[in-house]
Amino acid sequence: MSSNAASASADSVGERLAHGWSGRRRWPLVSVAGAAVATAGVLVPVAFLIVQAQDSGWGTLRRLLLRHSTAVLLWNSVRLTVACTLLCAVLGVGAAWLVERSDVPLRRLLSVLLVLPLGIPDFVTGFGWVSIDPALHGYLAAVMIMTLSLYPLVYLPVAGAMRNLDAGLHEVARSLGDSPARAFVRVTLRQVWPAVLGGCLLVTLGLLAEYGAFEIVQYQTFTVQIFTEFKLGFDAAAACGLSLVLVLLSIAALGGELALSGRGRAFRTGPGAGRPAGRIRLGRRRWPALAALAALCGLALGVPLGSLVYWMTRGSSSTLPSTSILAAAGHTAEYGAAAAAIATVLAVPICMLSLRHRNRLTILIERVAYLPMALPGLVVALGLVAFSVRYALSLYQSALELILAYAILFLPLAVVGVRSAMAQASPALEEVGRSLGSGPAEVFRRITLPLIAPGLGAAFALVFISSSTELTATLLLRPTGVNTLATQFWTYTTNFSYGAAAPYAGLMVLISAIPAYLLSRRAIAPAGRSRS
Amino acid sequence: MTRLRKLLCFALTATTPLLLAACGSSGSGSANSITLYSGQHEQTTALLVKAFEKQTGINVQVRSADEATLGNQILQEQGNSPADVFYAENTPVLELLREHGFLSPVDTATLRAVPGRYDSAQGDWVGVSARVSVLVYNASALGGAKPPSSILELASPKWRGKVGFAPSETDFQPLLSAIEKVDGRAAAERWLSELKSSGRIYPDNETVVAQVNNGQSAIGPINHYYWYRLRAEEGASGTHSALQYFKPGDPGDLIDVSGAAILKSSSHQAAAQRFLAFLVSAQGQRILAHSDSFEYPLRPGVKPAAGLRPFDQLQPNALTPAELGDGRVPLEMEQRLGLL
Repeated sequence: MSSNAASASADSVGERLAHGWSGRRRWPLVSVAGAAVATAGVLVPVAFLIVQAQDSGWGTLRRLLLRHSTAVLLWNSVRLTVACTLLCAVLGVGAAWLVERSDVPLRRLLSVLLVLPLGIPDFVTGFGWVSIDPALHGYLAAVMIMTLSLYPLVYLPVAGAMRNLDAGLHEVARSLGDSPARAFVRVTLRQVWPAVLGGCLLVTLGLLAEYGAFEIVQYQTFTVQIFTEFKLGFDAAAACGLSLVLVLLSIAALGGELALSGRGRAFRTGPGAGRPAGRIRLGRRRWPALAALAALCGLALGVPLGSLVYWMTRGSSSTLPSTSILAAAGHTAEYGAAAAAIATVLAVPICMLSLRHRNRLTILIERVAYLPMALPGLVVALGLVAFSVRYALSLYQSALELILAYAILFLPLAVVGVRSAMAQASPALEEVGRSLGSGPAEVFRRITLPLIAPGLGAAFALVFISSSTELTATLLLRPTGVNTLATQFWTYTTNFSYGAAAPYAGLMVLISAIPAYLLSRRAIAPAGRSRS
Repeated sequence: MTRLRKLLCFALTATTPLLLAACGSSGSGSANSITLYSGQHEQTTALLVKAFEKQTGINVQVRSADEATLGNQILQEQGNSPADVFYAENTPVLELLREHGFLSPVDTATLRAVPGRYDSAQGDWVGVSARVSVLVYNASALGGAKPPSSILELASPKWRGKVGFAPSETDFQPLLSAIEKVDGRAAAERWLSELKSSGRIYPDNETVVAQVNNGQSAIGPINHYYWYRLRAEEGASGTHSALQYFKPGDPGDLIDVSGAAILKSSSHQAAAQRFLAFLVSAQGQRILAHSDSFEYPLRPGVKPAAGLRPFDQLQPNALTPAELGDGRVPLEMEQRLGLL
């Protein structure tokens, strides 16, 4: 009860301040400009989709949509998405709480390992499982494999939010008699709620557009039809028409998330002081907790990595020129880092507007930024092809275009990372800064930026890791002659050269470990400004 | 504000080299350079390109991806393609680009280097190499039964639960087209729906051959080279499967052709023609035959890789790649039956 009162009063102060000031505040020009740039980028593939879909005509679309298989495939998509999203939420929040808030042993190592499944190409994960049990297929196999490879999308933002957690509210709740479990639900979960929802949204949208991973376990979703139209029918118009169904589904998911996020806010009460939150002592339960996390890592990482080792030791095609693998790794890291930087920078103004200048327009801008996640990469990439050959031919198939494509594709990941951190930072502090005479840039640098830093880190890591395994857009947009780890891996696996392919996948995982490791260093250091 | 300006300046200076590099590199290259979009076996293509560069001094920029990606890309490029030559794994995508008017005619001398039935009827693409459709089978998984010698038998209840196939592969539609051409549409649909209910669906031919090899399925229709490539990777000790050729004239006994074409939008037509001529030259065809892609060279007189049944001993049915068309009919059949 009283803990609610405490947070509620913090809310109302924050809200009153925010409302009181927003009336007089001018539109922040830098944020508006940044959000406009990001939205324009996102709308390029969406516009392509709509223009193409119009070409296909209603007759074709009706023929495609009214097939018997459409309903089955849609149902397959929906039931998979719901189950995986719920499981990812449980695994992601549970793992994040143990690593960030409890005294479970080896948490530094775990905090790196738990992120890595995101850096393993779906194909490797699927192949690893099928080589353990060749009979594995269907719904449950798809749910298991997708949950194990996507839970980091929830884990990473939630861990970032928990790291930034204000100890005060939890302590108040405990001191007023709430059990640890009750305090977790009523205080901790409430404080990280935006991150949980954001992560689940990413899982949902990502699954709607997913295709490749299901092939190997023979589970067909609606996206299969889109790929059939592209790859066998060469009918971009029909494929884009069908993709509109994905857009509708994602609009439902985006609306649902908005409704669930509610109006309640959970700002930190004393962020300026940066008091590290004490860890919950698990006592003897430390060991079962460790075992659970180790099992999760073992299933999500061990199985695919095991299959890579198997390939490397068994395949006869293991010889490879070391220069090409280093060049591919260099390109992967370079493109991924540039895209992650751009996406993170663009996510900041979008979140600033939607959280600090909340109105219908800014909410819409934020929602639109999620759309690329629900579109198959092929649609987004072909949209950029069509756009650049018409309006920016000199950009076509350049490194810059590929980087921009990654930034657009993975902007939703960055938005979730930044938003969950910014939602915790009370605008009251920014207002105090302004009232003390600082300009908006100064306030952003000295107050907002330190508060959202863990979120920026999570955003960067999510985009970087996802970019480093991206294949579809890379094949279409990379500069001619340039290889990334993903394209080389693909080349070898399509020719059965699994032995030669394995080191490329191994390097993808290693490269993903870099941002994961850097984030974990921040995790261990006390949050807030005590580092400066 | 000044700090923010500094940040912006930094961001701009950091991205300028990228922008400049982007503008510099995306030009269509000098007259002595062509861009090749290749959906073919990457290592073999690299060998061909190297020999061509050495012989002619023409530089070739290779862009490798699967042919469906490249086909869609060329369609979206709408005549602005940086590509001069498209080297595809299958002919339907070439037929499609021809229908859209994106291809230029190939030199007659080049077309004549290979048997005319493996070229575009209009002379817009040239056949370069071929695969033959076969059955891969695992003798122990078959439990001593003899593998079928007709594609039509695959759908029989006798093989229920034993067949693995990849209906979404570009190699599968020609089979369906052939059955349709030989036995009629109703027979083809019946065959497909029986196969659907008795067989196991895999995502691609690589998986079909691997799963037959490890005994998960007992038989599967594939193109011969998948098995040879698997054997090259697994070695003799890891190979637990063998190939069964279809009986002569069977609708399953098909030759699938890989071909190349020149884009109408290319501003290096002469160099592109030389590249196509090289692909079907004796030298080019020998490189192809000795590479590890295990395809049949189409130029008469060039022997395929050791171990392959000689090309002139194959007795495929009389359907030509051009007759099998752009694959739209089998695609609709598969969609209607819920296989795609």
